[in-house]
Amino acid sequence: MDLFAGLWIGLQTALTPINMLYCLIGVFVGTLIGVLPGLGPAATVAMLLPASFVLPPVSSLIMLAGIYYGAQYGGSTTSILVNLPGEASSIVTCLDGYQMALKGRAGVALATAAICSFFAGTVTTIIIALFAPPLANVALTFGPAEYFSLMVLGLVCSVVLASGSLLKAIGMIVVGLLLGVIGTDVSSGAQRFTFGIPELMDGIGFVTVAMGMFGIGEIVLNLDHEGTTERKVHVLSSFMPTREDWKRMISPTLRGTLLGACLGILPGGGALVASFAAYSVEKKVSKYSSEFGKGAIEGVAAPESANNAGAQASFIPMLTLGIPTSPVMALMIGAMIIQGVQPGPAVMTEQPALFWGVIVSMWMGNLFLLVLNLPMIGLWVRLCMVPYHLLYPAILVFCSIGVFSLSNSQFDVYFLALFGFIGYVFAKLGCEPAPMLLALILGPMMEEYLRRAMLMSRGDPTVFLSRPISCVILIVAAAALVAALIPTIRNKREEAFQE
Amino acid sequence: MGILNRNPKDLWTGVLFTVVGLAAVYFAQNHPIGNAMRMGPAYFPTMLGTLLVLIGIALVLRSFIRSGLPLDRFALGKVAWVVGSILLFGLLLRGMGLVIAIIVIVIVSAYASQKFRWPVAVALAVGIAISSAIVFIVLLGIPIPIIGTWIGG
Repeated sequence: MDLFAGLWIGLQTALTPINMLYCLIGVFVGTLIGVLPGLGPAATVAMLLPASFVLPPVSSLIMLAGIYYGAQYGGSTTSILVNLPGEASSIVTCLDGYQMALKGRAGVALATAAICSFFAGTVTTIIIALFAPPLANVALTFGPAEYFSLMVLGLVCSVVLASGSLLKAIGMIVVGLLLGVIGTDVSSGAQRFTFGIPELMDGIGFVTVAMGMFGIGEIVLNLDHEGTTERKVHVLSSFMPTREDWKRMISPTLRGTLLGACLGILPGGGALVASFAAYSVEKKVSKYSSEFGKGAIEGVAAPESANNAGAQASFIPMLTLGIPTSPVMALMIGAMIIQGVQPGPAVMTEQPALFWGVIVSMWMGNLFLLVLNLPMIGLWVRLCMVPYHLLYPAILVFCSIGVFSLSNSQFDVYFLALFGFIGYVFAKLGCEPAPMLLALILGPMMEEYLRRAMLMSRGDPTVFLSRPISCVILIVAAAALVAALIPTIRNKREEAFQE
Repeated sequence: MGILNRNPKDLWTGVLFTVVGLAAVYFAQNHPIGNAMRMGPAYFPTMLGTLLVLIGIALVLRSFIRSGLPLDRFALGKVAWVVGSILLFGLLLRGMGLVIAIIVIVIVSAYASQKFRWPVAVALAVGIAISSAIVFIVLLGIPIPIIGTWIGG
């Protein structure tokens, strides 16, 4: 009953004209960004965060969510048409999608991607509605020790599923936590690491860091590899899949959705890992495995449904536990905090309209994507042909104005430049920025929970192990870390990121 | 191949982490550390800084044993143009106003590309400046002067 009551509240919230409008804007902007090369969803959400602050919390989260899954979809469009993945999570779609386009079936491939994404989105919306409330109820009994352990788990998972060296990723987490310390200490009022600079009293804004490291850092990296990439667009024929196509689409879509939903819940997993996993599973079980890589429709259906399901399922830990599982979710948490909503299990009981509204809006957004995108493909094709050397100065302007408008200070603009440089250096050293950003956002909360837990236990650190739920969470975290060190899994992990 | 060249990425990451960790521990000592039950402002950063130093040392030591990829070339010129353009934007924004700041950031950053050509860059800069002025100042109402105080705005 709770479920239907919840979904009803959600429908009422999401279907107000103003929220529908923001959802539409979100998926539209998301697709646009997904189509443009060299701009990832994390950078996009960071860029548009300042603009969303003027909206009420529900509308702003609905719009940001729309940007996120719109970007997934836009990325697939360019994968199929020009063999250029707009997003990391649509890399695998290139394999068979582009081959289909070469065979003159680009329209069918695009329609398949849209239909499978919509199906996966619908199923995952129901899964979220089913599983989020019980999870949030469990989380309501959590004390500071459990929260601290949960954050440790979140950080550990972000490390395990990040690419590259584990030790470096852990180091990046510590760097992020230290960045979070900068500013006024909440309990004592001490000015930590501010060096007398008044602008640092409120700490370093995570939006600035995210834009610098994901946006600016990426631009410089792209300029490094600036070459001449030939882009050919294929003429679109019919969009309608044949009866044979429909039949071959069904089971890959189901498997992809399920896999995506499961992997999406795991921190650090999300859309990227889900799409890789779905493609390799499908290649193994499909009757048509010999056609893979040569334009098999299964090779589009499975990863497309998986990345959409994964993207949506990653909202579950974010909405119920307040734990971000990816940089984009971390930005959403940041957006909630700035909007005055304390992330965590209480969101569902205290702000049912926000919680259910965002969930239902995701389904609505998928519907928009389906209806909106097929007729607009011509526009997207033209957009992805925009040369990068004309595009990146515009991105820089957008980021700089966005950062300035956070608190109307040029100080933030200088920080943007600084973190752009730092992001470039870290990328050259092979250090992933995502765990650091996660840690920066979680850091101040973690310190508070650590302090409270230790105060309650009178300074006894075993409290994290003697409380059963906290202990289980820490064991899971330790297991995940150990698993990442086992050679076979480690090789698999490296394989997955190399392809 | 010397011992220092075996895994330069890990080596320099390790050095960087160690330096940052040491700095964190050093500057944290300006505040009371407290104890495990009542943690002072220095407790958490000292803990983190120490951990970071340990990770950094481990990375340095590991880089002597396990070989890895060489360091990519740093495209310092390109970084300088892009980062510099943002700094200039920050410096000029209030004094010269939005339009001139945008023209500067676009032309300076565009210079980082191999495909830079003056006429294209100038046209792009003017186009972005005008559309941004309309979107951000007229439509979104962000309080930035279109013409700055230094030139009589």
